[in-house]
Order: sequence, then C-alpha cells, then structure tokens
Amino acid sequence: MPHNTAPHASRCTQGVTGATVGPGAAAIRLEVNGIVRALAVLPSETLAEVLRERLALTGTKIACDRGACSSCTVWVDGAPVCSCMVLAIEVDGHRVTSIEGLAGEALHPVQSAFIEHDAIQCGFCTPGLVMSCVALLESHPHPTEEEVKAAIGGHLCRCGTYPHVIAAVLDVARKGKRSP
Amino acid sequence: MSAGTRTQLQPVGIAGVSLGQAERPVGAEEAPALAPNAQLSCIGRSAPRINGHAKVTGSATYTVDVTLPGMLHARILRSPHPHARILSLDTGAAEREPGVRAVHVIEHPIGRAIEIAGPGEAGPARRQLRYVGDPIAAVAAVTAHAAQAALERIRIEYQPLPFVIDIEAARQSDAPPVFDRPVRTEVFGGPAAQLPQHGNVHGPDTSASRGDAAAALSAAEILIEGEFHTQVQTHCCLEPHALLADWRDEGLTVYMSTQFTAGIRAELATALGLPLSRVRVVVDAMGGGFGSKSRIGNDVLAAVALSRKAHAPVRLVLDRHEEQIDSGNRPATVQHIRAGARRDGTLTAVAIEAYGTAGVALGAGVGNFAQSIYDCPNFSLAQSDVFIHAGPGCAMRAPGNVPGAFAYEQIIDELAERLALDPLELRERIDSSPVRREERRIGAERFRWSRRLAPGGGQGALKRGLGMAQSHWPALVHTNCACEVRILRDGSVEVRSSVQDIGTGVGTVLAQVVAEELGLSPGDIVVRIGDTDFPAGPPSYGSRTTASLTPPARNAACLALRKLIAAIAPTLGTTPEGLTLRNGRISSSDGLHSIGFREAAGRLRTEQIGAVASRCDDYGGFGHRMGDFAFARNGLGGVQFAEVTVDTETGRVRVERVLAVHDCGRPINPRQIESQVHGGILQGISYALFEQRILDAPTGHMLNPNLEQYRILRSRETPAIEVHVLENYQGTSATDAYGIAEPSIIATAPAIANAVYNAIGVRVRTLPMTPAVILEALGRLPHRS
Ligand code: FES
Ligand code: FES
Repeated sequence: MPHNTAPHASRCTQGVTGATVGPGAAAIRLEVNGIVRALAVLPSETLAEVLRERLALTGTKIACDRGACSSCTVWVDGAPVCSCMVLAIEVDGHRVTSIEGLAGEALHPVQSAFIEHDAIQCGFCTPGLVMSCVALLESHPHPTEEEVKAAIGGHLCRCGTYPHVIAAVLDVARKGKRSP
Repeated sequence: MSAGTRTQLQPVGIAGVSLGQAERPVGAEEAPALAPNAQLSCIGRSAPRINGHAKVTGSATYTVDVTLPGMLHARILRSPHPHARILSLDTGAAEREPGVRAVHVIEHPIGRAIEIAGPGEAGPARRQLRYVGDPIAAVAAVTAHAAQAALERIRIEYQPLPFVIDIEAARQSDAPPVFDRPVRTEVFGGPAAQLPQHGNVHGPDTSASRGDAAAALSAAEILIEGEFHTQVQTHCCLEPHALLADWRDEGLTVYMSTQFTAGIRAELATALGLPLSRVRVVVDAMGGGFGSKSRIGNDVLAAVALSRKAHAPVRLVLDRHEEQIDSGNRPATVQHIRAGARRDGTLTAVAIEAYGTAGVALGAGVGNFAQSIYDCPNFSLAQSDVFIHAGPGCAMRAPGNVPGAFAYEQIIDELAERLALDPLELRERIDSSPVRREERRIGAERFRWSRRLAPGGGQGALKRGLGMAQSHWPALVHTNCACEVRILRDGSVEVRSSVQDIGTGVGTVLAQVVAEELGLSPGDIVVRIGDTDFPAGPPSYGSRTTASLTPPARNAACLALRKLIAAIAPTLGTTPEGLTLRNGRISSSDGLHSIGFREAAGRLRTEQIGAVASRCDDYGGFGHRMGDFAFARNGLGGVQFAEVTVDTETGRVRVERVLAVHDCGRPINPRQIESQVHGGILQGISYALFEQRILDAPTGHMLNPNLEQYRILRSRETPAIEVHVLENYQGTSATDAYGIAEPSIIATAPAIANAVYNAIGVRVRTLPMTPAVILEALGRLPHRS
C-alpha cells in the first residue's frame, strides 16, 4: 500500500501550544484528481476528512470511519484504499483519485453500467463501490463472478445492490469496455 | 375531490392469468382508467433512475454533504451507565471552552415510552438515564472536535442504579424496574387504550384475538407447538442520522436525512409551537432509513435548540457507535405458538403468546402476520412489551411481521410434515389468496421444487435443503398526500411533492407516471421532491409511498393537461371538449385541429399552468383507516423459495439461491422493484444468519457497536437471486400501484429456516442461525453419530 511508505513522521511540526496538544498543522502537497494541492493539515486529519471538508469533494462518503465499510474508497497512486484509514500527511507527494476524478466528459463505462443495471439504491455506498469496481477491471479486465465478489468483499451496501453491482461489472467486462 | 362520481371500467386480474375488467365508482376528477402495462409506453418499463448520474459521480447531495455559512458542529453527551440518576450536572466549564457557542441539556427525552405522571405530580425531579447512550446534553462549537472536547468538560455526578438487560430476567417481579410509573400505551406512535403494566411487563395486548382459541385447541385433531426466539437487529443505514438546523426569526429550516419530510415538519411545529408555515424540512439524496429516520428524535430537538441559542446553523451527524446504540433497532421477540388443525389441514385454532423488548420503548409486537395470512376462525394473540435498560427500538422494515413470519411459517411447515403434505399443498388448502396461489405455482416451477428431498435426506457432511415461505403485508395508503404538476411555457414539465427518495427511486416513478399522461418520456419531466415547500407527500415507510403518491401525480398531470387544453383551445379556433392528447399532439376528434404539446404550451398567456391533486380513497373504499393512513382492502403477498447448504461439521449455513415471486399491484418500474426485492432478501438473509446486537451482561454496553463485529451480509454471502413480479390489477386507484419494500423481507428468514430444516432434519427456532445455533440443533438429533 503506497500510503504505508509515506514519510509522514518528518512532516509533523511542533504545535503552537507545545507538547500538550501535539504537533500542529503540517504542509503537504498532493495531487487530487489531476490538480496539485498545497494544504496545511493536522496530523490527526484523515484523507477522507480532507477530501470532504477542505476540498469539498463530498462524493467520498464516510459511514463507519474505521475501515469497516469501504464507503470512503479512493485511489492512492491508482490503488483503492479506505480514505478514512489514511492520514492526510501520509499522502504527501502522492496522487489521489476520488469519484469526482473518475469521469471526464462522458461517464466511465462502469458508472454507465451501474445506471443501466440499477446498481444503485440509496447510493451512499455507490461512489466507493464504483472506485473498487473500476480498479478491479483495470487490473483484471475479465473477472469471474467470484473475483468481482471478492473485490467488493470489503464494501457494505445496506440496501443490497450487490446482485446488480456484480451484473454491471460483468457486463462491462463482457463488452470489453475499459477506461475511456 | 369533487362531489360527482362516475363509474369506469378498470383492468382487474393478474396479467397473463386472469386479466379482465371490472366497473369501479370513481370521483369526477379522476383520470380515465389506465390500460394494462403492455399497452403503455412509460409505466411498466425500467426507466433509468433519474438521480443515477448524480449518485454514480458523487455529486448527489446527502444531508451529510450540506454546509451553510457560519455553520456550527454539535456532539451529544451520552450516558455511560445503563441505569443511573443524575445527581448534579454542571455545564459551566463546557460553555467556557474555546470555540463553544451553545450547550443544551436534554431534560425531557423523547423517542421512548413516556411515563404517566401521577395526580399532582410534575414528573420526576431528576433525570433518570435508562440505557447506555441515553442522551444527556449537546454542545455546538466551531468544529466537531471542539464540541467533542467540550462534552468532556460537562461535570456530572451519577448515581448508578441496578439495571436489567436480559429479557427473561426483566420479566421477573424482582427485576429492577425500567420505569417507576405506568407508561402511556401507544400504537403506531399514537395513543391507544391503556394496557396493564406489572414491573417491566407492559401488556398483554389481546385486541387481535377472535373466536375461542382455547376451546378449539383442546378439541383439535392435530396440535403443533413451538417456541421461537428472535434477536435485536440494528438498521445500519449507511448514511448516519444527520441534520443541519437553521433557526431564524422568520422560521426554521431543517436539512435532514429523513423518511418523511412532511411528518418531521408537523412534529417540529408541534414540539416548538411554530405554525407549519414557518417550518421547512429539506432532503435531497438520502442514504437509507429502513424505518429509523421516520420521526424526530432527541438529536433533532437538540440541534434545533442549539441553533436557536447560538443564532447559527447547527450540524449534527451521529457517528457509527451512536448509530448502533441509539438510533433504533428491530426488537427481540419470544413467541410461543400452538396451532390446532383438522386432519385435512384446515386450521381450527391458533394461540400465540409473545413478548419482546424494544429496550426503553414500546413496539416489540409480532405484527399482523399470523392473524391475517391464513383463514382460522379461532385466534388468540397475547403480546407484551418487556422493558430493559437498552436503547429504544423503532420500526424496521416490516416491523412485527418479520419475526412473526419467521415463527409462523415454520409452524405451518411443521403442520404440513405432520400431515405428510407438501408445504405447498398445505398452503393450497389454507391460503385463500388467489395471488399467492399463482405465486406459488410460478415459484415452484422455476425453482424446481419437485427435486426437494425428505428432511435430512442428503448424504455427506454438507447437506442441501430447499424451503419456502410466504409473505403478507397490509397495502397501506397515506391519505394526507398531494402532488403538483406544472406545465411551463416552453413545454417543460415539473412534478412537485415533499416526498423524499430514501433510495427506492420514487422520483423516477413520478416522472414515469407524469410522462405517460402527457405523452412525454420520463427524462422530459423535472422532478422536484424532498422539500416541504412542495405539496405534502407521503412518508417513505410502510411500503406506502408509490401507492399514495402515484395516483395524485397522475391525476394532477391529467388536470394540468385539461387546463392547458382549455387555455389554448381558443387559439385553435375551437372549444376544449373535442381536444385530446394523442401521440404527443393535442388534436380534435374530427382531425381539423392539431398542435404539438410543446407548441401548445408556447401559447399559454402565463409562464406556467398547473394543478395539485390529492390522494382520494381507493375506488370502492378502504378496508379501514386510522387518521392519515388507510389499509387497502387487499394486502400484499409474495412467496420466496430458498436453497441452502448446511455444513454439519462447522454449523455454517450458506444460502445458495433465492427465488422470489411478488405482487405490488401495477408494477411501475420493474428494475427498481427488483432492486428493492434484492434488498429485502439480502437484509432477510443477514437477519437470518448474521446480525445480532450483543449487550455485555456486567456493564450493559453494546459489544459490537460498529460495522465489523456487528456482522452484516456482504457480497461473498450474496446468493443467486431470481425475482418475478406479477402484474396484479385491482382497479383501486388512478395507477393501481402498491409497495414492495416490506413484503420482500418477510418471507426470507422463514424460507431459509424451512430450508435448513429440510437439509438437516432438525428445527432451528432461534435467530440468528449462527454455526453455534446450528451445531446445538444438530446435537438434538438422536441418531447423530
Ligand atoms: S468510512 Fe472508511 S471504511 Fe467505512
Ligand atoms: S445503495 Fe444504499 S447502501 Fe448501497
């Protein structure tokens, strides 16, 4: 996982109130959806929080905030991660892609297939699922049903969209559509 | 509606089986009878979800995504004790914390059973805390972290009191009482005839009983008996409970993840003494509710109070731990059932003694399943609520009927086995519903039911079993429900209602219905919903949204079109009478005048023309009604078949396949219906096999208040699912459509339980059917080597 190797320790600075508060904000630079961002973040801030609250990229959803549901899935250097489990300072110098950065003018074929197959109910889990499904097809263009199930095994969809999600991904794979 | 009525021929019957027509009395302003789906172009087709694009791109705005300038963040202080008295509470230090803007103490919590004050009593002087997580106070600060830090500065002296969290212990006369006084009896959130209360036992409610079950049971030729236990399930909506309250002098606006904007507005207006016209409730996208976001709670009132105090908008989002301990749950139940029958299978008597616990709330009943699904002249139901020191339960997808069906459909299967009848054959004899008969026929054929072996008949350690069960749910209609359709001068069309899209896709359904009426396609209709500034729509609960709202939507479209025709007829040099809309053109019957819809709209004198219609009674009337909601004459059915494997060495149950055949009147969007049925089935499997709130006996704390130890079905446990939906026309409204969300979960757990029995030959009467429960059941098999 790229975020595990980020040299975050050196980024912590001493806070204004001293040791009782801990290190204060640290300057980081990261690329989010193709745009380089320079931010000052607290060591405690997660990538999910920074995306949602500082960059107004609210397509990334937080449902458990502890790595149990994958709603917050984004890519760091192209690999899906739970952004609630990644500290913002860990992605200094890395490339982040959130759901907002997936589609260009046209939808990604996986997004279109989600609509076509109605792989959406309340939709709160949907951005995370889309990110994992696209990542799967990038690495395995022709997954089996079991491989799709495994790839989304960490996602929780309380509404029960799994059958339509699986059908959508297999349909994209069958049609040979990949990233535009 | 208007005083005049007429009769019209409506399609009636099951498409492909018994479709015919029947005359119905309808109000003068009702739209003409709608043809069966085969003859329609929008209704009955799987139009893509209108908010699908927003949801797959992350641009859909959920309540947790809404921000306002100057917004504050609130957090709630909760009881660490299952039962305690607050001796003193000091918020001074918290108020002085940096960044804190307001502190609110919750004096009179709601969302639980309410004690009746004795004569001359003002109520208890000190606040009692009755469960771990019971809200005490709330803080609004400039950040959520600052609010959380301030909570720790609220100084409280607790006097811990004895508590009880086990339902059996709570029933004993010496158990610590959860309430010191009788609580007000309520049904569906409203007051009802007061029931007795002894210790922690409130009830029994015997109002559903009929005939003389005791006498008929003692005379019965066949007697079946069983005791069933079901667990507490939590809703686990992925979007937590969230709101943003904005109190201003001119009125209150609340952005809230809710299943019922109009209901929340009414509750807030009452609670705050505001006129309805000064309260606005808004929700755009909504991340699930399943019953738990139906009403105002302490979080809502606290955020509103904080906004009022701080003169700023206040955002409150529960975290997952709070969601698990204090946002509602499906109550646990214990049901003891005795059923008497004749040797031909005819049910002669059913007696059910049930008790359940919704923690500190009422509502742990077993629904209307057993009393309604099969004919039985003598029926007795005695159900009680048992209070324990745990978070309040509330409605959850098919409340009552889910545990009720788990028990009763197993009893029916046991009866079939005793009589050496196929479970389907017994149901042929005792189920008078022609719709379920057709559903059983279709299901048995597609599922290849005939391959089912005798119970425990398979070889090897991995046993395969087939089972089925039936669903019953009342078809509900919310009568305080209106919809507006506007035609604008450029030919664009808007449909408006306060109804919210909880995830079912009601906006898409509205677009389909209006487009059908106006000769347009669903994509042409702009859907404006989720805002009480629009005509008050129905709740998204009780599977009543489509049934309540699509008839007025269609009628409003029809009325708006008539107004358009009346407005433009003079410009065509004719009168409105002969003009109708056909193939996208308004034309006279003699063919002399014809104009396209958009061109006609362009001739309006004003920017727009519109009509509001409200839900009238079902044609021919309702079964009965209570205030704003009514029961249609016929309920909703459904039959589900499950195929499972049981590993008799590990006790692991795997659901391999589920086949579901359902009815919801006229299906409007088949694919969205299929999505909802998938949801019902998957939540049903999850309830049957995995989910369970676990409370810690020594402390009263929930041990699995998260999404990993509270285990929920995921993709790898998702079986093959096949859904078949009947077109069941009843001729009861302008659309003849009803709901599907709840019928689709009711039959799942009992179908699995019956399949497990078929696999291993021993009954499992306890949920969830974990490996430990299965192994314990296998241990009861006498011949097990
Ligand atoms: S919110 Fe990040 S895994 Fe659940
Ligand atoms: S669509 Fe609601 S949680 Fe997945």
